[in-house]
Amino acid sequence: MVHVLFFAELQEALGKEKITVQAAGLTIQELKEKYLQEYNLPNIDQAMVAVNEEYAPESVQLQEGDTVAFIPPVSGG
Amino acid sequence: MEKMFWVTEKPISVTDVMDKVVRREAGAVSTFTGIVREFTKGKKTLYLEYQAYIPMAEKKLAEIGREIEEKWTDTETAIAHRIGRLDISEVAVAIAVSTPHRKDAFEASSYAIERIKEIVPIWKKEHWEDGTMWLGDQKEQVSYQESIPKKEEM
Repeated sequence: MVHVLFFAELQEALGKEKITVQAAGLTIQELKEKYLQEYNLPNIDQAMVAVNEEYAPESVQLQEGDTVAFIPPVSGG
Repeated sequence: MEKMFWVTEKPISVTDVMDKVVRREAGAVSTFTGIVREFTKGKKTLYLEYQAYIPMAEKKLAEIGREIEEKWTDTETAIAHRIGRLDISEVAVAIAVSTPHRKDAFEASSYAIERIKEIVPIWKKEHWEDGTMWLGDQKEQVSYQESIPKKEEM
């Protein structure tokens, strides 16, 4: 299983913070196509991606137990 | 060891953050404090709501501390960022950098707040009288067309 976290506007659009999907072996791009297209997440392509709390490219291949986070443009400070 | 980089729901004391970097080798501590602004271009903010990906945000704050160590000699950095609901003029972020001499402390604390706005997963939601909005990139010079930060941003 792969845990997928959402924040800020994406979390509100989805209506929850987290989903868990069978995405081991998929790339981030494939995860988006397979599991996220059913949701209306308008700005997901502007989000950065983190895998296990480190920024990662969309081509990275996910492993069992990974935590993926979609990170909209940040606005801290 | 107590944390030098943390995200908290509790009010931040700038003095507490500063105390973490005071040491005998330092001749300067530069602090930066970000507070909640009521008016932005004439529009009135009622309050702000901050959200963080807490474990990653604390890692990225610590990474900024390491970047500062590499760029300036003999620095100590502490950063606290608040999340949750913040009222006008409350402290959202406090940065303290100690160095032997003042110039490096000024530069490094300025660097730290710019980097926070680039790489730390924290978001701000504006609550106005007539609506709300999660704010995006406030530097308006970073492209998020790529899903990964540019090399110099990582």
